[in-house]
Amino acid sequence: MATPINLKELSKQEVRFTAGHRLCAGCAAPIVVKMVLLAACDYPVVVASSTGCLEVSSCISTYTAWKVPWIHNAFENAAATLSGVESMYRALKKRGKIDKDIKFIAICGDGGSYDIGFQSLSGAMERGHDMLYVCYDNGAYMNTGIQRSGATPTFADTTTCPAGVVIPGKPQQRKDLTRIMAAHGLPYVAQASPSHWPDLMKKVRKAIEISGPKFINIFTPCNRGWRSRTDDAIMLSRLAVETCFWPLYEVEEGITRITVKPRDKRPIVEFLKAQGRFKHLFEPGKEKMIEQLQEMIDKNWERLLKEEEMTSPKDEGNE
Amino acid sequence: MTKIVAVTGNEAVANAFRQIEPDVCAAYPITPQTELMQRFAAFVSNGQVRTEMILVESEHSALSACVGAAAAGGRVATATSSQGLALMWEILFIASGLRLPIVMPVVNRALSAPINIHCDHSDAMGARDSGWIQLWSENAQEAYDNTIQAFRIAEDMNIRLPVMVCYDGFIISHSIERIEYLEDEIVKNFVGEYKPLYPLLDVENPKSYGPLILTDLYHEVRKAHSEVYKRVPKVVLEVAKEFEKISGRKYELFENYRLDDAEIGIVILNSAAGTTKDVIDEYRERGVKVGLLKPRLYRPFPYEEVANALKNLKAVCVLDRADAFGGSFGPLYLDIAASLCNFSQKPILINRIYGLGGRDFMPEHAAEVIEELKDIAQTGKIIKLKEYIGVRE
Repeated sequence: MATPINLKELSKQEVRFTAGHRLCAGCAAPIVVKMVLLAACDYPVVVASSTGCLEVSSCISTYTAWKVPWIHNAFENAAATLSGVESMYRALKKRGKIDKDIKFIAICGDGGSYDIGFQSLSGAMERGHDMLYVCYDNGAYMNTGIQRSGATPTFADTTTCPAGVVIPGKPQQRKDLTRIMAAHGLPYVAQASPSHWPDLMKKVRKAIEISGPKFINIFTPCNRGWRSRTDDAIMLSRLAVETCFWPLYEVEEGITRITVKPRDKRPIVEFLKAQGRFKHLFEPGKEKMIEQLQEMIDKNWERLLKEEEMTSPKDEGNE
Repeated sequence: MTKIVAVTGNEAVANAFRQIEPDVCAAYPITPQTELMQRFAAFVSNGQVRTEMILVESEHSALSACVGAAAAGGRVATATSSQGLALMWEILFIASGLRLPIVMPVVNRALSAPINIHCDHSDAMGARDSGWIQLWSENAQEAYDNTIQAFRIAEDMNIRLPVMVCYDGFIISHSIERIEYLEDEIVKNFVGEYKPLYPLLDVENPKSYGPLILTDLYHEVRKAHSEVYKRVPKVVLEVAKEFEKISGRKYELFENYRLDDAEIGIVILNSAAGTTKDVIDEYRERGVKVGLLKPRLYRPFPYEEVANALKNLKAVCVLDRADAFGGSFGPLYLDIAASLCNFSQKPILINRIYGLGGRDFMPEHAAEVIEELKDIAQTGKIIKLKEYIGVRE
């Protein structure tokens, strides 16, 4: 029987990502990793990571924080690497050399997923490998020192698109990787946030029970890059959900379902003001920019609501 | 019983793959490798092998998937050419650094730009210091034989390194030749059951692959890694000896062709060696003491053995099917020069670049080089140290 997703039962499970890793204090990535591995606690898993914060901080010289088999190959190829591991698993199963039911999970940052690893991810998903790809999205290249990525929000200040006199932070829109993965026609795609941990873990649980390629994008605050307080990761995750900056939803066999609908949608300004990377938006004369961001978020949220309505299974008897 | 067939080089190597039946094989199309993987894919589709094919979206992913599959704990192969090998470049070092026994035929082809699909050795030469073992093959028979031996060398418990098997694009890959196939069972027994080492799929004993190692230990890790290559020539020779027992064909670190009493010599890789040997025979009939050295194990390069075979000659021409731009010499020349540089007695060396982008290497080219070597041996004078031959005027 599957381990129920409640604190009482989960607290009895082994933590498969140990303390002693060298991620920054206040980083949400290890929280996300622990949640993902706990949700998968009923199975042996093999994890692959792309080069990035999580990778450089979790396996250094003769130490490893991973109590599961783990492989790091390069920056842009975690999905291809794991597709090789999973193919070998199928090959050895076919030859009767292995009989265990093993799950395969990639855990990679947004640089390794949205940008440099995008092709590898798209290819592995298209080929239909039985794996779950988790992107921990902290919205920039944090490991190399907060450079902008395809996941960086509009107007955010980073070291390669610093908020200057002429250019006010990142001028472009962020890439919507979750929708792009849904457009691959995968059996399961979702967006999650560590603030809503039962929702996150249910999504992981659901994903690993589905055979084939799955993708979950998880919001992962970075206090160093976002210039926020060390203990704000969960608060910021919650604000991202409640402002609809990061809607929690899933797309299962083409049916979109918003899993958490904020009772009162909060204004984006609340999310922005807690982060130094948006500080320049609060200077006099920049009010329009915050309005612009609010409009973008409203538009995306409306679109998602419509998508949910459009794809929801209709009751045929009521036609 | 051996079976004699007339097949292309690609078909012969595909047949070796069928006989060996790797657990996982990643493939991405690139001319002139494509036919090899197409033929192998047909074996998979028809149930003649149980291999899992991964039909990736790039060569970068092909080798990345091979790294994952090999770490997982089984026998792995892929193949490529030219731009494909160039795209894999980053992962070549990771495959060797992680000590993963992947076998990869490289069907030699020129590099862009200008784009050209025909043979030269620029592709594999660009990867010669990536930590892969390189076996070079003169003809389809050697490509087939080297492929079979490559799995044994790569998977040897004292080595565990990836191996490239190089053979010339189109000239060998697409020409039909007479080949002796070994029996399936004999090949299967020769390569044997795959022995995993620290497999990722052993979930009870979790291992971490691909750690970060900084200034404290990286230098020591690389030093230890360099020691592994010293063990390679011995294993290559042991495997060759066993292979001779099943095939009757003898392989060494390099081929020594009429070199023992030679005064002048040619060093050349792959298919052009065949043409050159014919021309050498003609000169020998006329009493010219000329011989040839054809490297087989090009990485790690057997410097000492090669030097001993060449040091007593008067003049040697190293023929490179790849140039090193920027005023340097061809890569093979650099290795031969490095082998000989510390001997007091050594031949005069010249370097000739031939056959780029599939330009034919004709018997008259070999004759031209031999004539020049005769002059150098007689006069001790070099007119041109490095030059292109076969250039259209």
